[in-house]
Amino acid sequence: MIYLAVIGLEVHTELKTNTKIFCSCKNEFNLEPNINCCPVCVGMPGALPALNKKAVEYAIKAGLALNCEINTLTRWERKNYFYPDLPKAYQVSQAEAPVCLGGYMEIETQNGPKKIRINHIHLEEDAGKLIHSEYGGSLVDYNRGGVPLIEIVTEPDLSSADETLVFLENLRALLKYIGVSDCRMEQGSLRCDVNVSLRKEGEPLGIRTEMKNLASFKAVHRAITYEINRQTEILNSGGEIIQETRRWDDQKGRSYSMRAKEDAQDYRYFPETDLPPVKISSEFVRQVKETLPLLPKERAQKYVEEYNLPQYDAQILTSEITIADFFDECVALFDNPKMISNWIMTDVMRKIKEHQTEDIVLPINAKNFTKMLKLHQDNVINQPAAKTLFEHMWHQDSKTDPEQLIQKLNLVQISDEGELENILKEIIQNNPAAADDVRGGNKKAIAFFVGQVMKATKGKANPKTVNELIQKLL
Amino acid sequence: MHKKTLKEIIGLLEKKEVSSEEAVKSCLDNIEKNKHLNALNYVNADNAIKQAREIDARRARGERVGALAGAPLIIKDNICTEGIPTTCSSKMLQNFIPVYNATVVEKLLAEDAIILGKANMDEFAMGSSNLSSYTGPVRNPYNNDYVSGGSSGGSCASVSANLAYAALGSDTGGSIRQPASFCGAVGVKPTYGTVSRHGLIALSSSFDQIGPITKNVEDAAFMTQIISGYDERDNISYRGEYPSLEIDHEFSFKDKKIGVPKEFLDLLLDQDVKAITRKQLDLLSDEGAQIIEMSMKTLEYAIPVYYVLGCAEAASNLGRFDGIKYGYRSQDFEDLIDLYFKSRTQGFGKDVKLRILVGNFALSKGNFDAYFKKAQKVQTLIKQEFDQAFEKCDLIITPTTPTPAFKINLDQEDAQSRYICDVFTAPVNIAGNAAISVPAGASSKGLPIGLQIIAPSLGEKLMFDAAYAFERIRQ
Ligand SMILES: [Zn+2]
Repeated sequence: MIYLAVIGLEVHTELKTNTKIFCSCKNEFNLEPNINCCPVCVGMPGALPALNKKAVEYAIKAGLALNCEINTLTRWERKNYFYPDLPKAYQVSQAEAPVCLGGYMEIETQNGPKKIRINHIHLEEDAGKLIHSEYGGSLVDYNRGGVPLIEIVTEPDLSSADETLVFLENLRALLKYIGVSDCRMEQGSLRCDVNVSLRKEGEPLGIRTEMKNLASFKAVHRAITYEINRQTEILNSGGEIIQETRRWDDQKGRSYSMRAKEDAQDYRYFPETDLPPVKISSEFVRQVKETLPLLPKERAQKYVEEYNLPQYDAQILTSEITIADFFDECVALFDNPKMISNWIMTDVMRKIKEHQTEDIVLPINAKNFTKMLKLHQDNVINQPAAKTLFEHMWHQDSKTDPEQLIQKLNLVQISDEGELENILKEIIQNNPAAADDVRGGNKKAIAFFVGQVMKATKGKANPKTVNELIQKLL
Repeated sequence: MHKKTLKEIIGLLEKKEVSSEEAVKSCLDNIEKNKHLNALNYVNADNAIKQAREIDARRARGERVGALAGAPLIIKDNICTEGIPTTCSSKMLQNFIPVYNATVVEKLLAEDAIILGKANMDEFAMGSSNLSSYTGPVRNPYNNDYVSGGSSGGSCASVSANLAYAALGSDTGGSIRQPASFCGAVGVKPTYGTVSRHGLIALSSSFDQIGPITKNVEDAAFMTQIISGYDERDNISYRGEYPSLEIDHEFSFKDKKIGVPKEFLDLLLDQDVKAITRKQLDLLSDEGAQIIEMSMKTLEYAIPVYYVLGCAEAASNLGRFDGIKYGYRSQDFEDLIDLYFKSRTQGFGKDVKLRILVGNFALSKGNFDAYFKKAQKVQTLIKQEFDQAFEKCDLIITPTTPTPAFKINLDQEDAQSRYICDVFTAPVNIAGNAAISVPAGASSKGLPIGLQIIAPSLGEKLMFDAAYAFERIRQ
């Protein structure tokens, strides 16, 4: 039996405001525990929350980028539960009137573009972190407690693990684009819970399960695949899916039931009266809108129109803001967008993939990178030399001027006809048979002589000049 | 000397006829003599004397000093005082020492007040008798067999027995006005939002308000002025103008419209309270006030609304006392749940647990709409009814409590009957406006009886002027 997967996400993203959402403690990832803490964020008796308006602004930004409607009045609720990382035993969150309502993000799928609808985006405070001590017992670090968080809740519009991955990658890129979050999964600044259910074509939605503890996009993909298989097997063997929360164990590659629906916590949501509702004027929304950068789609369009780049290239270049910004910087310094684009699309992207980290870090700067391109364009260095130089700049020395580097690395192209002619003559002398082949019109034999010259010059010969000389001498 | 009012002692201190050290020591002597009242959880004796000497020295050098310079005051034990234990009269917080001062404490210290001690109270401010305190009941200074009222029982008994010149309390459903009435003191519940709650250990966030307890109305206005003001650390803090509360000594009741909800008078079963309320209303009438009997139909729902919303918020507010970070932790537990369970079972008293249960019941999935949502709707109606009432009158007057203080009976199981204590005061917290309790006479047993003057939101100026005039007329 073929089932259709129905997948919805709850994505939690920490906002990178300077301070926490309800106090003036620094919002920074800190390895030393309980450094960024005060009576408010450790829930001391009597301490009250004071809203950091920046958090609301960032949530609006995210909402605008995801085509949401911005609520004119947003309210706060308390979500009550006990856990040591939650110092007040309630989390200030939003339920009835979140900052953003109903939006969508378009993703590319095998069947063309698809709109994934956003149900809402709400603001809340993050909890602290439990550290299980090697001496037994647990310790709590409240550095993260009170960091502003948005929860982006999608409609169940995703239909496969691959599609979910594409959505998450696009979402992460978008949130980084607009500068509201670092989206570092390894530091927990982006987390996501996944709801999965199956249904037969044309039939209503099946019973869903919720998956937690997904620490990476890879884990999300694996967990969804696992869950679809698990549910398919149950249904195929005539069983029923139980509505439950499951915990993914990435090491074991399987999930475990955490709690059934009946055991679900009653969070006893109710209005947080320590915080007045926030009025959001259309004027404020307009101001926030003005701070939004060009979003990936618009930016790609701009590249196509202004630089004549192919749609595909433009899309790749704009998929990550670090890359797009690098491209823009390069174009500003060196007026050959096509060449820049080609290099970024091939060599730069390959390097990035080789050193895959969550954050794209470019060891080379635009100034030296474009200087290198210019040296190549001006035939000072040939293609192989340019690649060698690029490797050197990426891995060893990105600071030194490429002009000096090519001297140091002895990469300057030999275009001097006299010098190349002497070399070529010697090779012809030593390879009379091959020379005859060339004279007889054998194209492959020409390549042989080019290769020999390159070998003799350690790849520095100007291939154009060598070709001309072969034509002349043979 | 400890019998002086706040303004009187400040006058003497300013004229250097009395030193702050003498004022503090006089109060400390009196505290010693009144230990049986059990009004204080903590006496800050050494620090108070040290601070008094510093202020005396500054004054001697002619340096500028604050408006309360050298005056010893008492703070209710649910208001955070840096370095001074703040226990909420609960086993849960017996060893708790805050790391910061409440905004009101900062304001008092900025005016060079001296914090003489922390006042006993009902545990976590839950109660109207001060019987639920972990450190035992506060005794009424007028008759030690009787309760002080609560929850600010210690603060009110302290002022009444001259242990200090004024005190701070907190009022969620009448917790300042009711014990002030029982102890013969003046007690103020300012308009919600005009006094910062930052540093007040929350009972019910949307009703809690800090206010002063004093020996007379002028002191009450003076203290209210000092502790009021916008505070960026309390987001519901009022951002508008704060008018001067300087008493208009020429104020007259002539042509003032005084509303009297007849539903309240119908509830008056106690003959003494009834007689005194009638007498005082007649007195105001003689002064030219227009007494308007009005019907306020929603008031009978005030107590259920107060308990549903108040307990719901309390249940959530008290979640943080979990044995993890501070406060009481049970010593033998098996796992995390057991740690929570035992710490909270052992750390909280009976009344607190009762309210947490009531609150969580009202918040739970199946009950939320029927209880919490409904109570919220009725709250809106009560607010509207107050607004409408104040279109017809300038002030509303009621007795503060339906009865004078009752006898201390620790076996008293009938919590319901104690809840009725708040029947005249809780509606004001629900509506969020201002009210004051002023001594109005004594019962046949010699126990004080108070009159409550209710003003519209931000109507403190009129309220104090009227209360002052009433105080004068009575004398
Ligand atoms: Zn903080």
